[in-house]
Amino acid sequence: MDFLRPAGWEEALAAKAEHPTAVPIAGGTDVMVEINFDHRRPEYLMDLNRIGELREWAVGDEHVRLGASVPYTQIMEHLRTELPGLALASHTVGSPQIRNRGSVGGNLGAASPAGDAHPALLSAGAEVEVESVRGVRRIPVEEFYTGVKRNALAPDELIKAVHIKKASGPQQFSKVGTRNAMVIAVCAFGIALHPDSRTVKTGIGSAAPTPLRARVAEDFLNAALEEGGFWDNGKVITPSIAKQFADLVSGACNPIDDVRGTAKYRRHAVGIMARRTLGWTWEQYRSAGTTLEGAA
Amino acid sequence: MAKRTPAGTPTDVTQGSRTKGGIGESTLRPDGTLKVTGEFAYSSDMWHEDMLWGHTLRSTVAHAEIRSIDTAEALATPGVHAILTYDDLPTEVKRYGLEFQDTPVLAHGKVRHHGEPVAIVAADHPETARRAAAKIRVDYADLPVVTDEASATAEGAPLVHENRDDHHAGHVPHPNIVHRQPIVRGDAAEAAKRADVIVSGEYVFGMQDQAFLGPESGLAVPGEDGGVDLYVATQWLHSDLRQIAPVLGLPEDKVRMTLSGVGGAFGGREDLSMQIHACLLALRTGKPVKIVYNRFESFFGHVHRHPAKLWYEHGATKDGKLTHLKCRIVLDGGAYASASPAVVGNASSLSVGPYVVEDVDIEALALYTNNPPCGAMRGFGAVQACFAYEAQMDKLAAKLGLDPVEFRRLNAMEQGTLLPTGQRVDSPAPVAELLRRVKARPLPPEQQWLTAGEAADVRALPGGLSNTTHGEGVVRGVGYAVGIKNVGFSEGFDDYSTARVRMEVVGGEPVATVHTAMAEVGQGGVTVHAQIARTELGVAQVTIQPADTRVGSAGSTSASRQTYVTGGAVKNTCEHVRERVLEIGRAKFGTYHPAWATAELLLESGKVVTDGGEVLADLADVLEGESVDLELEWRHRPTQAFDLRTGQGNGHVQYSFAAHRAVVEVDTELGLVKVIELAVAQDVGKALNPLSVLGQIQGGTTQGLGVAVMEEIIVDPKTAKVRNPSFTDYLIPTILDTPTIPVDVLELADENAPYGLRGIGEAPTLSSTPAVLAAIRDATGLELNRTPVRPEHLTGT
Repeated sequence: MDFLRPAGWEEALAAKAEHPTAVPIAGGTDVMVEINFDHRRPEYLMDLNRIGELREWAVGDEHVRLGASVPYTQIMEHLRTELPGLALASHTVGSPQIRNRGSVGGNLGAASPAGDAHPALLSAGAEVEVESVRGVRRIPVEEFYTGVKRNALAPDELIKAVHIKKASGPQQFSKVGTRNAMVIAVCAFGIALHPDSRTVKTGIGSAAPTPLRARVAEDFLNAALEEGGFWDNGKVITPSIAKQFADLVSGACNPIDDVRGTAKYRRHAVGIMARRTLGWTWEQYRSAGTTLEGAA
Repeated sequence: MAKRTPAGTPTDVTQGSRTKGGIGESTLRPDGTLKVTGEFAYSSDMWHEDMLWGHTLRSTVAHAEIRSIDTAEALATPGVHAILTYDDLPTEVKRYGLEFQDTPVLAHGKVRHHGEPVAIVAADHPETARRAAAKIRVDYADLPVVTDEASATAEGAPLVHENRDDHHAGHVPHPNIVHRQPIVRGDAAEAAKRADVIVSGEYVFGMQDQAFLGPESGLAVPGEDGGVDLYVATQWLHSDLRQIAPVLGLPEDKVRMTLSGVGGAFGGREDLSMQIHACLLALRTGKPVKIVYNRFESFFGHVHRHPAKLWYEHGATKDGKLTHLKCRIVLDGGAYASASPAVVGNASSLSVGPYVVEDVDIEALALYTNNPPCGAMRGFGAVQACFAYEAQMDKLAAKLGLDPVEFRRLNAMEQGTLLPTGQRVDSPAPVAELLRRVKARPLPPEQQWLTAGEAADVRALPGGLSNTTHGEGVVRGVGYAVGIKNVGFSEGFDDYSTARVRMEVVGGEPVATVHTAMAEVGQGGVTVHAQIARTELGVAQVTIQPADTRVGSAGSTSASRQTYVTGGAVKNTCEHVRERVLEIGRAKFGTYHPAWATAELLLESGKVVTDGGEVLADLADVLEGESVDLELEWRHRPTQAFDLRTGQGNGHVQYSFAAHRAVVEVDTELGLVKVIELAVAQDVGKALNPLSVLGQIQGGTTQGLGVAVMEEIIVDPKTAKVRNPSFTDYLIPTILDTPTIPVDVLELADENAPYGLRGIGEAPTLSSTPAVLAAIRDATGLELNRTPVRPEHLTGT
């Protein structure tokens, strides 16, 4: 195995063009596990840790531009207001040691349906900035996940950053695992209210071959909220709307039975999380003057 | 011969103490700070110049004929020094085992379980060894698997072992049954007629792993005399030695074993893992060979707790007295016997629990299957039984309309109770008192997740930081359980230990040196040995020598026995050393004071004193120019085998009792559980080191919690392959899963035991699991006959 250590971004792109099989590594919290367990033996490893700009973020008017290697700990500490859903999701990633090294870029690169960041990115709205020697492109996160552990990256492309829409309303993230900390998701759910566009967006994790939005559920909820004037009157969402939303979110799942849980349980649990997180975010939206940060 | 000692091997540990530092004090363990700061040398840290790395090729299928093994390409890999298969074994002894010699050193002709060792490789780099192993071509022809009682005993079932020649082969009803132990006493069928209520149930206990943090590892160094020095993390050096030497074709004195740093054991190191393999490769290559399993391999490298199916029927009268017990316990022993026969003995003899039941019809057996081999783990057969009988107690209490604790107290065993084996409990058995104590504790406050602000503290809720509930769906439940565990090896085993103690003057101070072969696996035995030596010999400085086979056997660090048995051996040797010291003193100074001849003399604070406290001499003066050095064996009371038909016999040495009260919060919609508190009361006889006692009780409680709500090795019933051999999918409790564990320690002396002590390590593991299950049942109203409980069981999904 050859170890590539580009000193800068341009050099990394050149190396990736020359060695398209090179596996990028930053925190190594996923790649090293795969190597240690002998699940894969890449021909080349490309260490991105010398590229400082990947660990930087910038808060703009509309978006946060999050460098691919910004560790979860930094998101939790510095971006709770702008990215409350992602901050909550970051909190559930592994252990403190893992959160100090793992990053959203790694989650996207691995594209595991169980990655904790995905539901938060999907519900907030995000674009993945990828680059190669051929140029830059921005991929809507919904289109980034193409299959189990597969993504839309071309072989010569690297993930540079993620542009995530700043929260304009409450966001929540919930994840089921069979342990109260340091656990891989059995299934997960993210929700974000977007009062600016009067829409609600969702993200489902680990309950389908890829992370996905529950679009039918979103459409139903958006129509119901509009019809009932909820965004203006701030009323409690009726239980029947919440239940139908939850059922539709369940219906959007396409899970499997595996060692971590049954398909039936995953569908059930995602529905419960959808109902609860809708309740939490809506309650937060209704109560004036409350912070947009997650409750955890 | 100049001996080359590898880096990272243990050295003498001298423990001073500014206080008296004797028994009953919480002296600190000498390895504690080193372990917390990461400086402790575990067996996996050892290093020797010129050493090679060993790697084991394991079967990828559970049951198959091996048609051929082709090592040619692997051998041609640069850096590979040796590859050995069954055909390379040097002597006629090619199998080993704790009770039966049924386990091939390397697979011969067929493999019987997923992950069975087939070939071993030595190379100059671990990665080279791994890659070379991957190039070995093994041609398997699949055989049908047997995975449970039905398939193992079906007409025409494939036999896991043909031509059994072990000592149980003659009496078992089927060759795929390792051992079967019935216990019959009274007349259960007749007694059942007196019952006003009868409850029955079938219970399932999942396969738990010891999950010790330091994986199997060791280093074998070939000696110039043709022998081998083996440094290894194990639970019983002499048991290993007895199994290793014949395979190598060496006399036992040419296999010199030293205990290296052990990172936990819990029963999982009773069986051999890499010991013989490393020695074979070292002797073949003439170079030191180190083998370290990674976590994945570790799941295949040791036995697990027997999964079990238990069928129980109890009856009781209206006034709450048990009438009878009928039970049948089927343990899955997997492909090799390991400790299965003894686990059967425990499961059957303790199947009644700490209760008085005079009419019983009990049967326990262990199967041979193609599942992973199962053997010793903390609680050893008593754990599975406790899970079932405690569920039964709650069912009976509910049916009778009695409080579950009150019902247990009505039937609680006490000193003098006759067990179903006919053995009388001849030391304190405060079962009712332990239950009373856990029940009397105030309950933890409700809804602890509510905070002054509006946000819920999710750490106090099911799901924890995963943020699944802020109180929605959460219901509290409370449950109780109590258990009985035997201490020491039972059924007539000669369960002795050996201690060598030297006393001399070093630098003007009297010093004691204690040498045993006791495996310090984290239990704190080395601390306790120093405390015993201080108490008995009146010295401040005690040096504990590394455990090795230059001294006689200490027996196993298991069965809650080491403080009792090796502690007892250290005490006994110290007493003899003291007598010799006093003889020397009498010879030297006896004429100076009449008390030398007439008084009861003690050694205290470096002096010889009378029982009245008068100082007769300094130990330094008595021992000047002298030293006393004794190595003695020590035995507890003998036990008897159980009768193979009736199960009668005084099979056990001592018992250990603990009771738990569990308080849980259950998210009834998501099926997630947060254990809020696990209160324990345990009788320890005498706490030699109260801090260590607390650690054992809290640790055992947590291990019991693990198998209640998360820990299970999942084996595919069709292929008998392990599906979750990693810490990603085999979950053990984190600190956020670990509740508050208030501990109430009783010290009711057992006058048969040294200092009145009781072995303590296992009892808390028994009752923890059923207490948590009872609490979850209380919260949900579900029957829950299986552990661990999964969210699917709580949500019907």
